Amino acid sequence: MTSRVQTDRRAAEQRPTVFSHARIVDPARGLDAVGSVIVAEGRILAAGPEVLNQGSPEGWEIVDATDKVIVPGLVDARVFMGEPGHEHRETFASVSRAAAAGGVTTIVTMPDTDPVIDDPALVDFVLRRAREQSEVRVHPMAALTKGQKGLETTEFGLLCEAGAVAFTDARKSVASSLVMRRALTYARDFDALIVHHVEDPSLAGAGVATEGEFATRMGLPGIPREAESIMLERDMRLVDLTKGRYHASQLSTAQSVEILRIAKARGLDVTASVSINHLSLNEMDIGTYRSFLKFSPPLRHEDDRQAVIEALAEGVIDMIVSSHDPQDVETKRHPFAEAADGAIGLETLLSASLRLVHDGRLSWTRLVEALSLRPAERLGLGAGRLSPGSPADLAVIDPGMPWLLDRQALASRSKNTPFEDARFIGRVVRTLVGGRTIHVLDA
Amino acid sequence: MTNAPSTPAPAFPHRHLLGIEGLTPLQILHLLDKADDEVLVSRQVEKKKNVLRGRTQINLFFEASTRTQSSFEIAGKRLGADVMNMSVASSSVKKGETLIDTAATLNAMRPDILVVRHHAAGAVHLLARKVSCSVINAGDGAHEHPTQALLDALTIRRHKGTIEGLTVAICGDIVHSRVARSNILLLNALGARVKLVGPSTLLPSGAERLCVETFTDMKKGLEGADIVMMLRLQRERMNGSFVPSVREYFRYWGLDSEKLAWAAPGALVMHPGPMNRGVEIDPEVADGPQSLIAEQVEMGVAVRMAVLETLAEHLPNA
Repeated sequence: MTSRVQTDRRAAEQRPTVFSHARIVDPARGLDAVGSVIVAEGRILAAGPEVLNQGSPEGWEIVDATDKVIVPGLVDARVFMGEPGHEHRETFASVSRAAAAGGVTTIVTMPDTDPVIDDPALVDFVLRRAREQSEVRVHPMAALTKGQKGLETTEFGLLCEAGAVAFTDARKSVASSLVMRRALTYARDFDALIVHHVEDPSLAGAGVATEGEFATRMGLPGIPREAESIMLERDMRLVDLTKGRYHASQLSTAQSVEILRIAKARGLDVTASVSINHLSLNEMDIGTYRSFLKFSPPLRHEDDRQAVIEALAEGVIDMIVSSHDPQDVETKRHPFAEAADGAIGLETLLSASLRLVHDGRLSWTRLVEALSLRPAERLGLGAGRLSPGSPADLAVIDPGMPWLLDRQALASRSKNTPFEDARFIGRVVRTLVGGRTIHVLDA
Repeated sequence: MTNAPSTPAPAFPHRHLLGIEGLTPLQILHLLDKADDEVLVSRQVEKKKNVLRGRTQINLFFEASTRTQSSFEIAGKRLGADVMNMSVASSSVKKGETLIDTAATLNAMRPDILVVRHHAAGAVHLLARKVSCSVINAGDGAHEHPTQALLDALTIRRHKGTIEGLTVAICGDIVHSRVARSNILLLNALGARVKLVGPSTLLPSGAERLCVETFTDMKKGLEGADIVMMLRLQRERMNGSFVPSVREYFRYWGLDSEKLAWAAPGALVMHPGPMNRGVEIDPEVADGPQSLIAEQVEMGVAVRMAVLETLAEHLPNA
């Protein structure tokens, strides 16, 4: 990046930009109306139906956004990283491009890199690399236990000060109730959020698919849904005991929804995500052992998928995550049971979620709340809203644009998408972070 | 409250000293007054009294101790008793049985006073029921350590004139501390306001029912404290199980001069010892002008002399 470009850019940033005639969806203000969004000096100057009543002053850049939807940039609370340690899978530069293409302006990274992010100096490293390499905002979660071994809690205080936004052992569950209890208790002293993968490891055993007819027919070792229910139920009891702050990183079953519903009704400080994979796919999609559809938790029966969609619509499940998990051929091109879990998802997060809107299952407001406002609120980030003064992080969406996913055209360094050749309607056409355009869809 | 030594009135009617629990404020003050006199004895060239002449005192320690055991030994010797130290290895699996067997054996040797420390809460009470001599609890598990609370109170009183109305912050590993429990009881009995400060993992549950306030933030916890009492963090609790690391513990709960400045002006710093400098306390504070830590050790001997002498008054043929 030359200084000339920077100067031009700065000049462009200083000139207010108006996106006119757009449908603006801003759940923080309950706003869903056609109007204009004015961006100036990296912030939202105004966004709403009446902001251009007086006409726009001369010199402002006007972008006609007729038939487009403008939403606060998406906040993805579960993104696995290749850096440090597996840069061939993903780097901060490549993840940033993938996020930008998907309208995601803030990513929250998982700590299970090599080395595991369990020390304040490593949080510093992640933030520095992100500053240098990423155009989207990056907030790291730090490990919940040292080395993610599930035995000793990490330095929540020092890690929070370094910039960790929550604590999680990523794809690992903390098997010891005692360790979890102490972690929830200690986290309280720093108002820290514990994020947990809910799967009883001993009950899940070597399973790779949801126990039932499908797994039986395919000859795959099964995991009962109870592996998730038992861990979630245990955690709810521990949250009640400790009065800690807790977030379940991915719920996938009807049983889990009921457990969470009860816990919330009792006033516990608990929230949960569902991954776009579990919202979009069921176990039948695995078809002939497609390892790109191997997840932890595994894809579920259609009844469970319907239950989590319903819970998301009601707000029992708070947010949607991509669970973006770059894996390469080394880890994925194996027999199903031996392949690594996970799929990339940043670039398809919005388009796949829009299917729920097109099907009448979610309102636009609820969709944007689940993809942006709620994760930002829960993690204490200043994103997720278009109110005046907020950072101008936003996504411009063409809600009617049909497109076909070409795996090789994805920006992520890894291409393990579960949506290969999928048809979507609706796509991000422009992404801004801090008022700066970081992605424009080539028409 | 003046206590005439010539009157054998039951100013202290107990045969044992098993804990602060069960002592009235007057009984506590009686021991403190007596300890004040013992301080003078210890500061003379001639440190010997003969009130325990002919008496046998056994220090029975099931748990390693340097300062408490030597403090009791010196106290006994200054009063003229024959003192014997017994350190019992606690490796036996059948601890209950061993304890009672040991008690019976020792009882047969006809000691007059047993000073007992044990790693299990309630062990000293159990032993006291099995012997015919007086028993002093020198620490049972995480339950009580009454002579420590008494020596702390004596130290405070000699500096502040009274306990009543003072604000005392007890900081650190409260949940495992017998010193904290005895101090809470004693300070409450004498009318102090007690604040417990530490990470949530080291604060006991149900603490609010013990007439104390709890704080996880040192700044709020130390606010207005006239006395800051630091507790030792055991090594096995430092790395991950209760607190993640020494450096994090010291950062948020270690007493350094910056944190001490949040307490009342001229607040006094105490520590039952042995200290971990750089863990729960900064050397600058531990050895600084507000520290009473060395004085606590001196008061320890005086308090133990007072307790021994008081209990001896009730021994048969006294």
